[in-house]
Amino acid sequence: MAEAYDRPLPVPQPESDFYWEKAKAHELWLRHCNGCGRTYFYPRDICPHCFSRETEWAQASGRGTLHAFGIVHRGPTPAFRDHVPYIVALVDLEEGARMPTTLVGVEPDPAHVRIGMALEVTFDDVTEAITLPRFRPAT
Amino acid sequence: MAERSASAAIVGVAESDEIGNVPGKSALQLHAEAAFNALEDAGLSKADVDGLFTAGYSTYDTGEYLGISPRYTDSTSVGGSSFVIHVGHAAAAIAAGRCEVALITHGQAGRSARAPVVRDAGLPIAQYESPYGIIGQPIAYSMAASRYMHRYGEDRTRQALAEIAVATRKWAVLNPKAMMREPLSFDDYHDSRWISYPFHLLDCCIVTDAGAAVVVTSAERARSLPKEPVWVLGAAEHHDHAGISQMGDLTLTPAHVTGPAALAEAGVTHDDIDLAMIYDSFTYTVLVTLESLGYCGPGEGPDFVADQRTAPGGDFPMNTSGGGLSYTHPGMYGIFLVVEAVRQLRGEAGARQVEDVRLSLVNGTGGSLSSTGTIVLGVG
Ligand SMILES: [Zn+2]
Repeated sequence: MAEAYDRPLPVPQPESDFYWEKAKAHELWLRHCNGCGRTYFYPRDICPHCFSRETEWAQASGRGTLHAFGIVHRGPTPAFRDHVPYIVALVDLEEGARMPTTLVGVEPDPAHVRIGMALEVTFDDVTEAITLPRFRPAT
Repeated sequence: MAERSASAAIVGVAESDEIGNVPGKSALQLHAEAAFNALEDAGLSKADVDGLFTAGYSTYDTGEYLGISPRYTDSTSVGGSSFVIHVGHAAAAIAAGRCEVALITHGQAGRSARAPVVRDAGLPIAQYESPYGIIGQPIAYSMAASRYMHRYGEDRTRQALAEIAVATRKWAVLNPKAMMREPLSFDDYHDSRWISYPFHLLDCCIVTDAGAAVVVTSAERARSLPKEPVWVLGAAEHHDHAGISQMGDLTLTPAHVTGPAALAEAGVTHDDIDLAMIYDSFTYTVLVTLESLGYCGPGEGPDFVADQRTAPGGDFPMNTSGGGLSYTHPGMYGIFLVVEAVRQLRGEAGARQVEDVRLSLVNGTGGSLSSTGTIVLGVG
């Protein structure tokens, strides 16, 4: 068995169990509002834009573009210090929502990270229970 | 011009006995020392206090520790801006007759706390940001700064961040209470190590142990006290997200609401302000806040701060204490902006005193550029 995973893990909540279950199945699902037509992140039952309760799960394409990033050289907690440098990112998904993530498959060097670059989701099974959606340059 | 006044005034300000590296004090000790010193500065006693304000802790924790049982209580906790917001809340409570002497206290052992502050694992930030190592403000703010650079140009943004770091240090050199008092060159800035690109170490605030307190009272009571009242002329507050991933426009803070609102309430304009105290958790916080407040247009911040304009001797004095970047920053820094504004307005700022400060704008920023409180303070 691999070394114990030592970085923080999400604690799924009743309204996000589905999101994390789908991530485990290597699918990215978002919450879509039939009241205002917007898709949003993070998942919650009542739309944060128009407060409609007419919302539902919708599978995302997994494609998006880089909105903003940072290249972390000083790990924020001891567990991250063995993993620097790493690229934190905000990704604008095709469906209109923006989500936080990390980039993989990109040199952690500003010369290689371009805001606006096309990205696609990839899934990292960090433990048996939890899979984190990460993003890599689109193929 | 008629003598300036308002329904409430700041009459006492102080830090804890020591600030900086203070390993021998708990956060609550720092609250208590600051409260003692600010009441002494005001010429009031603990028995006079009937309104209690703090952030981080609940006021029932600080109230118990201090032995204060208030008839007005406010633990509004929206990050480092909270204490600036408390000044506005205190003024409103006093105007409404809900209390007469409001005590705002702060204390954090940011360097030396023996127990870490634990956050609720059920919050969205813990669920969607922390697992990715998006933890702590340097990382959140660095992402916002990357967006600004992309939008308005990397080189001119970098120069602006350097200007702010260097100018702020010049003020700290003049402040005996500042932690960082060695002069800083542009090369020092550019050569400092990366924390989270695009932030160098010298884009980031220092981390200290410190407490501070502010006493606010009614106009009538203020006039009976030894020191000149510092009037609370305008106040506004706003927040629009908690986590950085939920911030709509990373190049515009809630100060775009609070700046104009506080100035309008005070009946003054940007040009009337003699001293700007702008929360500087990071160099970028200052750049984006000046634009958001309306001091200049979007993307014009780099021109606004060029050529050490905010340094001693410049025509836009700003963060004259040396700021969170070089004076002190225990985690939530907002109250220290108020302390310095009051000292400048009273003419108590010693070697760093700016000439003839009659009006000061104070803007606190909290969380991940999440919340702001803006107040306008003035003397006679
Ligand atoms: Zn909606």
